[in-house]
Amino acid sequence: MEKRVIFRSAWLPYVLLLPQLTITAMFFFWPAAQAVYFSFQLQDAFGMSSQFVGLQNYADLFKDSHYLSSFKVTAFFSVLVATSGILISLLLATMADSVVRGALAYKTFLIWPYAVAPAIAGVLWAFIFAPSIGIVTYFLKKIGIDWNWIIDPEQAMALVVIASVWKQISYNFLFFLAGLQSIPKSLIEAAAIDGAGPFRRFWTIVFPLLSPTTFFLLVINIIYSFFDTFGVIDATTQGGPGDATKILVYKVYYDGVKAADLGGSSAQSVILMIVVITLTVIQFRYVERKVQY
Amino acid sequence: MTRKSLMAALIAAAFTATGAQAQTEIHWWHSMGGALGDKLNELANKFNASQTAYKVVPSYKGSYPESMTNAIAAYRAGNAPHILQVFEVGTATMMAGKGAVVPVYKLMKDADEPFDPKAYIGPVSGYYSDSKGNMLSFPFNSSTVVFYINKDAYKKAGLDPEKAPKTWKEFIAAAEKLKAAGQSCVYTSGWPSWMHIENFSAWHNVPIGTKENGMGGLDTEFKVNSPLHVRHIAMLGDMAKKGLFTYAGRTNQAEAKFSSGECAMLTSSTGAQANIRRMAKFQWSVNFIPYHDDVKGAPQNSIIGGASLWVMGGKTNNAYKGVAKFFAFLSKPEIQMEWHTGTGYVPITNAAYELTRKSGFYDKNPGADIAVKQLTNKPATANSKGLRFGNFVQGREVIEEEMENVFSGKKDAQKAMDDAVRRGNDILRKFQAANK
Repeated sequence: MEKRVIFRSAWLPYVLLLPQLTITAMFFFWPAAQAVYFSFQLQDAFGMSSQFVGLQNYADLFKDSHYLSSFKVTAFFSVLVATSGILISLLLATMADSVVRGALAYKTFLIWPYAVAPAIAGVLWAFIFAPSIGIVTYFLKKIGIDWNWIIDPEQAMALVVIASVWKQISYNFLFFLAGLQSIPKSLIEAAAIDGAGPFRRFWTIVFPLLSPTTFFLLVINIIYSFFDTFGVIDATTQGGPGDATKILVYKVYYDGVKAADLGGSSAQSVILMIVVITLTVIQFRYVERKVQY
Repeated sequence: MTRKSLMAALIAAAFTATGAQAQTEIHWWHSMGGALGDKLNELANKFNASQTAYKVVPSYKGSYPESMTNAIAAYRAGNAPHILQVFEVGTATMMAGKGAVVPVYKLMKDADEPFDPKAYIGPVSGYYSDSKGNMLSFPFNSSTVVFYINKDAYKKAGLDPEKAPKTWKEFIAAAEKLKAAGQSCVYTSGWPSWMHIENFSAWHNVPIGTKENGMGGLDTEFKVNSPLHVRHIAMLGDMAKKGLFTYAGRTNQAEAKFSSGECAMLTSSTGAQANIRRMAKFQWSVNFIPYHDDVKGAPQNSIIGGASLWVMGGKTNNAYKGVAKFFAFLSKPEIQMEWHTGTGYVPITNAAYELTRKSGFYDKNPGADIAVKQLTNKPATANSKGLRFGNFVQGREVIEEEMENVFSGKKDAQKAMDDAVRRGNDILRKFQAANK
């Protein structure tokens, strides 16, 4: 019983789609095509001379062991950001859903961080965890932990994960909350009458019914951690110490924007594009099968 | 009557409009934020008030890499500024942009404005000249690294506060005493590569790279894995392990650790002085950076950092005349002195240094002349006149990453410096291929 709007006109649907298609073409397809073009070129910073170098830019990247290790860093980072972001917000959403009094206030506060720009989120957490003046650093010192993410790779990773997750929790929370509210109360009540405890009710009823939302968020969070997090990293660790937090997208940004190496940066962004397309396809082919709509 | 007065108003308006148009605007993009930006605007206003033909319009375009990126993008789009302030590591990129930039010596000659490279102190003119000795950009704000000590912490540790360590041997002895006296952070450093690789090499008269540190050609290679370099980085790694050295980051984060009293010793830019003067609640002094006394010829001289002004191509002759006039104005010793004393940057001409000395500024501000003394400690050699590596924005980053790997204990110094050279050379080869 699909709902379907039938257009009688032959051209009206296309006209209605046109604005969106134009924007997509201008801001997504055209730059992507340019990136592919530049990835085969070797150019000086000012664009005075340009030579076709074939796959040289790609070959240079795969020759560089540091570029390869940045894949590992990115994978580790994305898995941490996506899973902890989803788990924490699921927990918060179930709690906020069952709150009786002041629910609106809780929800508002939980959604708030979404309005904060990634770079600002980064600066915020960098201050809280600053090696000598940060407030959390102060308490960590009291309990005997020497906190200095400037030189400790694990702590640096922890910092960028915390900042990135915090930034994304609101978004996840919003979707989970909507998902929870669309679950019919009668189902849960029926289970409760049958004697199922809260935990069991969650696992056998709520969680499966939430699975489309969870799947959607998994895709979105992976894409977020691949692309949107360079603001957080630029504002805090800038990829360091060493290359401990240098994820792929940050290297794209650094080489292209700061170091004016257009060819190398474009080749990296093409690779990144391929990685994310592959990941999304895999998610749709295999994970989606387990999702109950 | 009303029609007449309307006509008169129109004519008057037309005249003022042409009057305003007759003044050629010269756009100047820079990266001087805060108090430095105010000082820079003052210079522009002074020039604008001194004549009527040209108007210099400064605009702040973010940090050094940001304003350079902006200007490159603007050049590609055909609306670059006339003058662009570029930091020292961008020098090679700008020089390679033939046609995108107008060499300053040529600009001044074409406009018949006086310009004498010999007026500048050696490490300044050398840094911005081509192999024939022609200056390609206009030196503006130069700094160097110096060594700061907290005299109160020295006293507390039973050290003589008037005797800052001269050599690294004395430095470690002092560091151990400070640590024993309970100093939580003994030593920290800003700009790790600039201090511990670039200036370290010049100060010990060893090359950073072949071909006179890249000044002799694009086919240069890094040399920072020499035994002396490795020994120095290993020493720092060892100090980090013993808690004598606290790493603080790749830019100037270390300076706040010193001015707050947390760290007792600091090597960082001369530019830190203004802030330390404002923040520090203790006695401190500025000194020469330490050296290894078993290295022949050390200490040599340190090299500069900071930025110079580049003139972008594709503008009118009239505008270039204005730029030349502005540069002639900036070259005046009294203007140079004003900039030097107001900002903490190094006096870049001999005349400005003399003038400042005679004014008694150095007697009132002890340590303010340490930088220029260190820069001119000995006549600059091929190893100590500066450096010019293609895409050193990336090159320096590679060096810093590898240094961090030593300080965090992930790699030993030899392996890290070997990796830095290998990765750095890849960047140099790519730059060479792109700028044939």
